[in-house]
Amino acid sequence: MNLKDKLTTGFFELENKGELHIDDSIHPIRTKAFEAFENKGFPTKKEEEWKYTPLKAIINKDYEITNSYEAAVELNDVKKYFIQDVDTYKIVFINGVYSSFLSETTHSGIDVCLLSSAIKKPKYKLILDHYFNKIAKNNESLTHLNTAFTQQGAFIHIPKNTVVSKPIQIIYFSLNGNQFLQPRNLVVVDENSHVQILERHQTIDDSSNFTNSVTEIFAAKRAIVDYNKIQNDTEKASLIDQTFVQQKDNSIVSVNTFSFGGKFTRNNLEFYQEGERLESNLNGFSLLGNKQYVDNHTVVYHNQPNCESHELYKGIYADKATGVFNGKVIVHQKAQLTNAFQQNNSILIGDKSTIYAKPQLEIFADDVKCSHGCTIGQLDETALFYMQQRGIPKKEAHALLLYAFGNDVIEKIKFPKLKERITKLMAKKLGVELGF
Amino acid sequence: MSKPILEVKDLHAGIENNEILKGINLTIKPGEVHAIMGPNGSGKSTLSSVIAGNETYDVIKGDILFEGESILDLSPEERAHKGIFMSFQYPVEIPGVTTTNFIKAAINAKRKSQGLEDLPAKDMLKMIKEKSELLEMDRKFLSRSLNQGFSGGEKKRNEIFQMAMLEPKLAILDETDSGLDIDALKIVANGVNKLKNKDNAVLVITHYQRLLDYIVPDFVHVLHNGKIIKSGGKELAHELEEKGYDWLK
Repeated sequence: MNLKDKLTTGFFELENKGELHIDDSIHPIRTKAFEAFENKGFPTKKEEEWKYTPLKAIINKDYEITNSYEAAVELNDVKKYFIQDVDTYKIVFINGVYSSFLSETTHSGIDVCLLSSAIKKPKYKLILDHYFNKIAKNNESLTHLNTAFTQQGAFIHIPKNTVVSKPIQIIYFSLNGNQFLQPRNLVVVDENSHVQILERHQTIDDSSNFTNSVTEIFAAKRAIVDYNKIQNDTEKASLIDQTFVQQKDNSIVSVNTFSFGGKFTRNNLEFYQEGERLESNLNGFSLLGNKQYVDNHTVVYHNQPNCESHELYKGIYADKATGVFNGKVIVHQKAQLTNAFQQNNSILIGDKSTIYAKPQLEIFADDVKCSHGCTIGQLDETALFYMQQRGIPKKEAHALLLYAFGNDVIEKIKFPKLKERITKLMAKKLGVELGF
Repeated sequence: MSKPILEVKDLHAGIENNEILKGINLTIKPGEVHAIMGPNGSGKSTLSSVIAGNETYDVIKGDILFEGESILDLSPEERAHKGIFMSFQYPVEIPGVTTTNFIKAAINAKRKSQGLEDLPAKDMLKMIKEKSELLEMDRKFLSRSLNQGFSGGEKKRNEIFQMAMLEPKLAILDETDSGLDIDALKIVANGVNKLKNKDNAVLVITHYQRLLDYIVPDFVHVLHNGKIIKSGGKELAHELEEKGYDWLK
């Protein structure tokens, strides 16, 4: 049975068992989404947005889909995947099941909890009615698929005038066999509030998992949201990450994506600017080798005047690694005085790595400042010689230059412990010690 | 008589099939300052790059000895560890790595090659303070990313600062005067002169005589079309300034 058929059977099985909470308000959304997925099926290379991205090999695998089963993990085995030495909230899942043992949630002042419990509780009905699936409804069948199966994920609601002092870590662990996981996160940040979030998907054994994740982020007036993604999964793991952001007046939302691992990663990141004088920041850094694959598809909808977007994606691809960058900026006719900047730089190491880069600007307003820059290059030999001349061995010099190349993206991280962690991950990946 | 620091013997080198250096002979002894002058395209920068081990160039024939041993098979970093320093005409910018951290990495790499432990932080700081004062450097440059956004003069001063930190036996100054105003030139030259002693040597590569008013050479060599066509004392530099290079060709 292919994955689509399996999902169809699975969907009705879950419906019958009542596991999709048939009587809640989300049920009609789910049914509609499933129909949309059923009609369209998985995307193929014939679709423009999936032209360079081969899903076939991934969807042809056999996955466990219906029953996320619990598995025990020892804290010591997974500790290293957390940002430590700093107080944080944690929402942790193992094979899609909430782990209260590893988590630290709260309802005091703010809500940092589970989507499943928010769906069940009447007091969250208003928020869910107002926000759930309001922006994750593009024409992508994978988004519909996630919506159809929405069961579990993180629910974060920050009421107005609240600065959340502790960062929030959302971590999805998986183990014991090949699973198809579909986490769903909802982040609502009200007026004048500020929150930092870190998301990670991590396989802790040699299972070949496939994760299809959807996150919706809503930033009200003057809200500040820093959302960071560490993608450093095993070389058997596949991830499709779809993140949707809606912003109101004067808000600032930054999404930083660090792709260091995984077998296959597709990031769809969409920003909807629905207010004035707001700022959207999209930053990405990829460092991949072997046969790893990363595809960053971003869209910024400039729908209102006087807004900014800043996009910086950098990538280093070695061995047979492949990168795709597709950055779309759409400036609506009424979005006058837009400032939209996009930059994409890639370094290819060796002659078997590949990058497909496509900046796409669609501008319908006449008084705007939009720019895009795209470079593909190799390591600067002169710079390498310069460092070697100062006595730094070639391997370290090489690493230092790559580090320097990615530095302006790393500098965007506002959470010091995370910056430290990313630097260490880079050093590890480059096989050197970077004492900086 | 002391043993030479550098001996270049019948050196032929170039890029692929293009021979740029066509038989260079040069001997530098401890305590000496040599200047190589020559018009654009004569091979000056190629010579410094080949001595420092730039792999872009192929050595076709001849040898380079450092303290009596051939260094042709050594990597640029191994040559640096032995005590060869080259100040670049266009120093490279490295974002995200401060000058202090870069020089620490360089010094500790050298120490590691000698089987020594990292230099204790306290000693490193003391040395940095001393050497940056010698070059009248604004300390804030040390905590900025290496050469990023530095002016031409600041970059060159930073090169000499690194030289001061690394204490090389042979310092090659490749067009160090280019892009320097007279005040910066004096500071840089003054730094070089203070670092000069009876055990080390300096090779100045320059197009103009200007720098040689401040770093006074013992020997001046004229490079033309890949060969040294004339050698002499410091007065040769003045003669070149007056007459140009044409009378030698």
